[in-house]
Amino acid sequence: MEELKNMKHNDEETKEQYKEYVKTVTPTKNLWLQMVKAFLVGGIICIIGQGILNYCESLGIDKETSGSWCSLLLVLLSVLLTGLNIYPGIASFGGAGALVPITGFANSVAAPAIEFKKEGQVFGVGAKIFTIAGPVILYGIFSSWLLGLLYWCGTLFGWW
Amino acid sequence: MSKEEVQTAIFQQGKQSIKLPMPVYIRASASVVGKKEGEGPLGALFDMIGSDGLFGAKNWEEAESTLQKEAVSLAMGKAGMKKEDIRYLLAGDLLGQEVATCFGVADFEIPFFGLFGACSTCGESLSLGAMTIGGGFAGNVACVTSSHFASAEKEFRFPLEYGGQRPLTSSWTVTGSGAFILSSTPGQKSRAKITGITTGKIVDFGLKDSFNMGCTMAPAAADAIHANLKDFRRKPEEYDKIITGDLGTVGKEALLDLLKAKGVDISAQHMDCGIEIFDQKTQNTNAGGSGCGCAAVTLSAYILKKIEEGVWKRVLFVPTGALLSKRSFQEGNTVPGIAHCVVLEGI
Repeated sequence: MEELKNMKHNDEETKEQYKEYVKTVTPTKNLWLQMVKAFLVGGIICIIGQGILNYCESLGIDKETSGSWCSLLLVLLSVLLTGLNIYPGIASFGGAGALVPITGFANSVAAPAIEFKKEGQVFGVGAKIFTIAGPVILYGIFSSWLLGLLYWCGTLFGWW
Repeated sequence: MSKEEVQTAIFQQGKQSIKLPMPVYIRASASVVGKKEGEGPLGALFDMIGSDGLFGAKNWEEAESTLQKEAVSLAMGKAGMKKEDIRYLLAGDLLGQEVATCFGVADFEIPFFGLFGACSTCGESLSLGAMTIGGGFAGNVACVTSSHFASAEKEFRFPLEYGGQRPLTSSWTVTGSGAFILSSTPGQKSRAKITGITTGKIVDFGLKDSFNMGCTMAPAAADAIHANLKDFRRKPEEYDKIITGDLGTVGKEALLDLLKAKGVDISAQHMDCGIEIFDQKTQNTNAGGSGCGCAAVTLSAYILKKIEEGVWKRVLFVPTGALLSKRSFQEGNTVPGIAHCVVLEGI
């Protein structure tokens, strides 16, 4: 409290002290409770995925095609729930449990598409659909290219 | 400059305040809000509650324009005035280039000043309106501000349907617009009078967290309230209430601590519109409500009602604003705050 007394606008010392002070009054969420919720939601999504996979395999579809069906159906489900405004509630409860699976990625693409539709097909949906997912796609592709390069170098030198 | 030169303005009070030479009357006011606000603790007091967020418009920005249009029409109706009776319109919102305001008030064809003070704009418009009337430049002035949850989310944060977790310090932008008709004469009936203002300074304590706007604005609110008390030589007890705009639960704590450190205790008088407008527990709004509309609709529906009823005789109304744009935030800039004090008294 004492340090709050001499705080001034745009003063370096104030900035440090105020940042420290704000930490003391900022409420935080219970990490353990958050992890349990994330585990539950993430787990349920994975169980649904596993269910789809098992069902496809029981129909005699090969493993790889079954996997594709699993991803496709989960994405479809997520996009539908996004359009019906149900997914934000699931994510608000489950946090990373709802964001990390493929369903979270689908939500991050569907949400801007809905929001920016009013700005037209080209400059709205077209230009802004990847505003959230864009970085994931860019750096995902970039890092796989980098690893590919590394792998190629390895084969060149006979490392593996 | 010599001392004589500095002290030429006759209505100045202290360093940054004005004591109005004659009171400026708030003849009428109106509040229009969205569904969630209507379901909140103040729900029964608002003049108009929309059944959905769009208010019959095609998109969120137009919906916000509709809010302003309705608020101004209602307030003029209550004051028994036509648009020709209003000399100036002072208005603002949170969107880029103030599109909600421009499209909302254009059809009134009233000489217009567009204002931006982030969520403090309600205080800014009332201050400038009071000065315009107090200085003898207008008989009647309309002040209107608005915010809309969906248009603000789109402007500053994420698309609505995007799933994510909101930090506990974050606030919920109020969908609402409050309009006020200020006048030099009390007419048959007035809700309250403005007797003084204190114009806040931009205060930056270096915070960069746009999800903790309460704490980014608290230093500016503390500075403005402190200046008001000093300029008018008043103690906090001389106000029945000191009401900030949208500090929320976390910012309130910071404000009280910052003022206590300066030797001023306002914990008995302090109230925050952002805390009053929603029920945090059932409405999931975290730290509270925010936005230009938050302070404006609370003033119109709740604070002026209490003053009218004589429950509160003198109130210090302090809307607070966080000065940021999506760009300044992305480029790593700080989030400075601003707050404007308006002294309201019963008739």
